[in-house]
Amino acid sequence: MSKQLQFKLVLLGESAVGKSSLVLRFVKDQFDDYRETAFLTQTVNLDDGTSVKFEIWDTAGQERYKSLAPMYYRNANCAVVVYDITQTASLEKARNWIRELQRQADPSIVIALCGNKLDLAARRQVTQEEAQKYAEEEGLMWAETSAKTGEGVSDIFTRIAKKLPTTAQPASRGGASRAGATAGRAGVDLNKQQRPSTSADQCNC
Amino acid sequence: MDEEYDVIVLGTGLTECILSGLLSVEGKKVLHMDRNDYYGGDSASLNLTQLFRKFRGDQAPPSELGRDRDYAVDLVPKFIIASGELTKILVHTDVTRYLEFKQIAGSFVYREGKISKVPSTEMEAVKSPLMGLFEKRRAKKFFEFLQNWKDEDPATHQDINLDTATMKAVYEKFGLEPGTQDFIGHAMALYLDDDYINKPARQAYERIVLYTSSMARYGKSPYIYPLYGLGELPQAFARLSAIYGGTYMLDKPVHEIVTDSEGKFVGVRSGSETVKAKQVIGDPSYFGDDKESGKIRVFEDGKVVRAICILKHPIPGTEDADSVQIIIPQNQVRRRHDIYIAMVSSTHNVCAKDVYVAIVSTIVETDRPEQEIIPGLQLLGPIYEKFVSVTPIYTPISDGKADNIFITRSYDATSHFETVVEDVQDVWKRIIGKDLVLKKREVEVVEH
Repeated sequence: MSKQLQFKLVLLGESAVGKSSLVLRFVKDQFDDYRETAFLTQTVNLDDGTSVKFEIWDTAGQERYKSLAPMYYRNANCAVVVYDITQTASLEKARNWIRELQRQADPSIVIALCGNKLDLAARRQVTQEEAQKYAEEEGLMWAETSAKTGEGVSDIFTRIAKKLPTTAQPASRGGASRAGATAGRAGVDLNKQQRPSTSADQCNC
Repeated sequence: MDEEYDVIVLGTGLTECILSGLLSVEGKKVLHMDRNDYYGGDSASLNLTQLFRKFRGDQAPPSELGRDRDYAVDLVPKFIIASGELTKILVHTDVTRYLEFKQIAGSFVYREGKISKVPSTEMEAVKSPLMGLFEKRRAKKFFEFLQNWKDEDPATHQDINLDTATMKAVYEKFGLEPGTQDFIGHAMALYLDDDYINKPARQAYERIVLYTSSMARYGKSPYIYPLYGLGELPQAFARLSAIYGGTYMLDKPVHEIVTDSEGKFVGVRSGSETVKAKQVIGDPSYFGDDKESGKIRVFEDGKVVRAICILKHPIPGTEDADSVQIIIPQNQVRRRHDIYIAMVSSTHNVCAKDVYVAIVSTIVETDRPEQEIIPGLQLLGPIYEKFVSVTPIYTPISDGKADNIFITRSYDATSHFETVVEDVQDVWKRIIGKDLVLKKREVEVVEH
């Protein structure tokens, strides 16, 4: 039987390392014309029939002046922390974001460190060895990608999908598998109550 | 920071965040700053470390209270009334996708030394000890009158004109006892004092209808509440603004509101940098003491006393409810203003398990504000920790049209956010010159 799971994925990393481009490549297989979007989703189908839906949160620029809200990290199941392989400083920033995740996010979060702009490998400043060593020390997944050519992009998301727990609750709006939401009284859906009355609704009466 | 913006917004309280979200969606270029390193200003929810830092200086929170990150303690005790204007804005802007809501389990009212549940169903109303049998019949006629009222149908008016008759006259027409009037005016229409009685009945009618329709929407109580605390609301609107291009800067001191020779707004100075914009919006704390110009821009319109109480048990007499509102009508304790208690718990992901956070509040009437809330504190049982604040309520002196400086109001003592939305609508109209219109959005069809 096929299984459908949903997870909240957050993007982190310095400005201009290609966070949004990476997501655009993953979700729409495009590179140009990125327009900031509130809420992107993309489903990965695994070999065992499981489909994993990522609910992707972009920073919307709020990382620029260290103004990401706690809401951003809350109930994130996985994070992609992006650096630019042509900028040594961007790996340093990635380390800071990983520390921030370890402080703010759920301890079970799956973190992938992602060296982007592989198409510019000729101008590489960050070696594979250095990044990989750091990822191993911190227990992170690691990959290099090019949002421009698409190289490695779907691969890293598939690897994340495989590493996520297969028993997670389906995500509710506002974040995937919120622990509190399942205990006790169920939440209320403001949108649902706004529906015009139709014959289909009358089954609830 | 050398760009020029349409609007600079100071303070990330809910009022300011709703405004910057709506302005960004409207296409305005917004810069939003806050002197604190957290979102929410006076409407923030704090973790234990932040809470102790705010009220106790260097004292660390007791380890017995559990993990810091499990806490989101509201500074302002408010709930969302289910059928109110804030709900409409949440749905219209689609920020509901960042939020999750739960009901508040019950609403209670204090009468003659004990508390009773505000009935949420007809069955509860029949059993309620709040009224005697004959009074219940009279009250039923009163509520039927309100429910059936149609402006365009004089047959439903029973010779009452809501725009001219006082609420007193309406109560008298139905022969309602003073205790019932107290219950209706304070526990349902949510008036903080008795001034409404001698005013036209229209507003009280609308407030009672808001209450009953909110109660009918999800049952139990008319209120809903965001998981992880009220501080989630400003964060959600800030995200909306950011997605539409708004720039966010926390932990940014604001040193001066820069004006030209005519007193018109030019920009905001932080340290040696000055950012320019056409207009500025901000909470009163950014305009209180502009030493540079000596200009006074806000005045104090009363004070609110609030006691944040950490409990290790539910409030006695509430059937162990995980969340409640308790109203102590002013007449019951010989005051001019009601005392409110708002309590939430781990069900709403705002504290550790088996901890309950209650806020007792009222409008200050004497020079010993903490004494005034004793009737509320006494209902709570043993209090583990208590943090008391007395906060001035500020109102802007001018409408801002002359100098392009638009100041919002402080959070008042009411139990929900309707006055916050009124402030948003008011500021919007002053800035844009038109009423804030929330267009109907496509209704999401939920699959069964």
